[in-house]
Amino acid sequence: MQTTHRFRIAAAALVAAIAVVGCATAPSPADLDKQADAMIRASFREQGIAKLDRLDQDLGQKACSSATPPPEAVAQQVEAEAMATIRWPQGGNYIGDWRVGERLAQNGRGMTWTDSSAATSANGAQCYNCHQVDKKEISFGTIGPSLWNYGKLRGVKDLADPASAPIIQYTWGKLWNSKAYSACSNMPRFGHARLLDEQQIRDVMALLLDPKSPVNQ
Amino acid sequence: MTTIRLTAAALALAACTATHAQKSAADGIAEYRKMLEDGNPAELFEAKGEDLWKTPRGPKKVSLQRCDLGLGAGVVKGAWVQLPRWFADTGRVQDLESRLLTCMETLQGFNAAEIAKTGFDKGEQATLAALAAWISAESRGAKMALPQGHAEERRFYELGKRAFFFRGGPMDFSCASCHGVDNIRIRLQDLPNLTKNPGDGIGFAAWPAYRVSSGEMWSMQRRLNDCYRQQRFPYPGFASDVTIALGVYMGVNAKGSESIAPALKR
Repeated sequence: MQTTHRFRIAAAALVAAIAVVGCATAPSPADLDKQADAMIRASFREQGIAKLDRLDQDLGQKACSSATPPPEAVAQQVEAEAMATIRWPQGGNYIGDWRVGERLAQNGRGMTWTDSSAATSANGAQCYNCHQVDKKEISFGTIGPSLWNYGKLRGVKDLADPASAPIIQYTWGKLWNSKAYSACSNMPRFGHARLLDEQQIRDVMALLLDPKSPVNQ
Repeated sequence: MTTIRLTAAALALAACTATHAQKSAADGIAEYRKMLEDGNPAELFEAKGEDLWKTPRGPKKVSLQRCDLGLGAGVVKGAWVQLPRWFADTGRVQDLESRLLTCMETLQGFNAAEIAKTGFDKGEQATLAALAAWISAESRGAKMALPQGHAEERRFYELGKRAFFFRGGPMDFSCASCHGVDNIRIRLQDLPNLTKNPGDGIGFAAWPAYRVSSGEMWSMQRRLNDCYRQQRFPYPGFASDVTIALGVYMGVNAKGSESIAPALKR
C-alpha cells in the first residue's frame, strides 16, 4: 500500500511537471494556425465595400495560404471545383472589342475599401499590373507571363476556324476562374469573383486573341 | 518652395528616363532618389518628431523622455532596429507605434484607443508619424536586430509568417502574392521578396518613409494599411496584432540589413 501510495504521488508530480513544461514549450504548428486565424479575425474591421466576409477563406484560398503548395489531391479538388464554376458565354459569343479590352487591361482600379462600388462596371481588368500585354506599353508588371502576341503565338489566325476553339475556350476559362488550371494561381478569378462581367471578359478576350488586336501584330 | 520645384523637376526627369529605356526604370528612380538624398522632406518630420518627444504634452503635460522603447527609459538611439519586441510592463509584443501609444497613454494621459481610431495624419496620428520619423532616424545606418529571445517574440514571428501567406478577399491575394519571390514588379515598381532578407535599406529596413507621390510621411503601420487596401482586404486596426506580427516576421527576416529609415519613396 505504502509503495502504491508513494507511486501515486510520484505519478501526480510527474503529470504536474509535464503540465508545467507543456506551458513553457512552443505551441504546435496546428495551435499556431488556430491562433493566427483568431488574430486575423480580431485585427480587421469592415470599411466601405470591404466587409469582414473577405476573410472567409474557401478551399483554394486556405490550401494556398502557406509557403508550401497543397498536397496533389487537394490541388486537384480545388481545380475540379473551380472548373465546375466556369460559366461559358451565352451563344458561344467569346470575342468583344479589343479597344475596350485595352482600356480594361490598363485599368487597375476596383474592390478596395476606397472604391465606392463593388459593381463590375467600377472595376478594371488589371492586366498590365502583372503582365506585358501590348508592347507599346512599357509600364507593365512581371508577376505573370508576357501576353505579347498571345493569340498569334498560339496559331489563332481566324477566330471562326474550329482549330482556334480550344485556345479560345481555355482563355475564357482562365479569365473566369484561373484556379481551374492551377490551384494556387496568383491570378484573380475575374468571372467567378464577379470582378468583371461577361461583356468585359469578351473585350479582354478580343485584346488577347483577335488577330486585329495590337497584341497580335 | 525650392524643394518642391526641385522634386517636381527630378520627378519629371525620372519619368523621362523611364520612358526612354524601360530596363533602366529602376535606375532612373534610384538616380532620382540620389538627387534628393540631401533634401529628403522626411527631415522636416524628424525635426518635428524630436520636438514632440521633448515637449510636455497631453492631459498630464509631460514629455515622452521617460518612454521605454525597449532599451530603457528615454533611450531612442538604436531602439528602432530592435522593434517590434516583447515588453514586460504591457505583457505584449509591440511595434514602435503601439509602444508610442502606450507611452502617450501612461505618461501623458492620452486615450490610446481613441488615437488608434483616428485617421492617418489627423490629430495625434500626425504626432505619431513625426515621432516615428525621428525615432527611426536615430537608428539610421544601424543593422536590423529584432530580439527573438522571448517565447512571445518567437510566437509572433510564426503568427506573422502565417498572416503573410494568408490568402483572402475578392482577388485571392496575400502579402506573398507580391512579396514572395525575387525579381518581380507591379507595373514598374520593383517588389522586394520579404520572405527572406531583401538587403540593406529594402523593405522593412526602409520604412518609415516620405512618399513623394502623396507628399506624406508614412510609418510602417501606414505602409501595411495601404498594402492591405491594395490586397482588397478589410481594414486592419491601427497597431492591431496582425500588423505587429507582420512587423516581427519582416523585421526578423531582415536581420543584419542596414536601416535607411526614414527613406524616400516614389
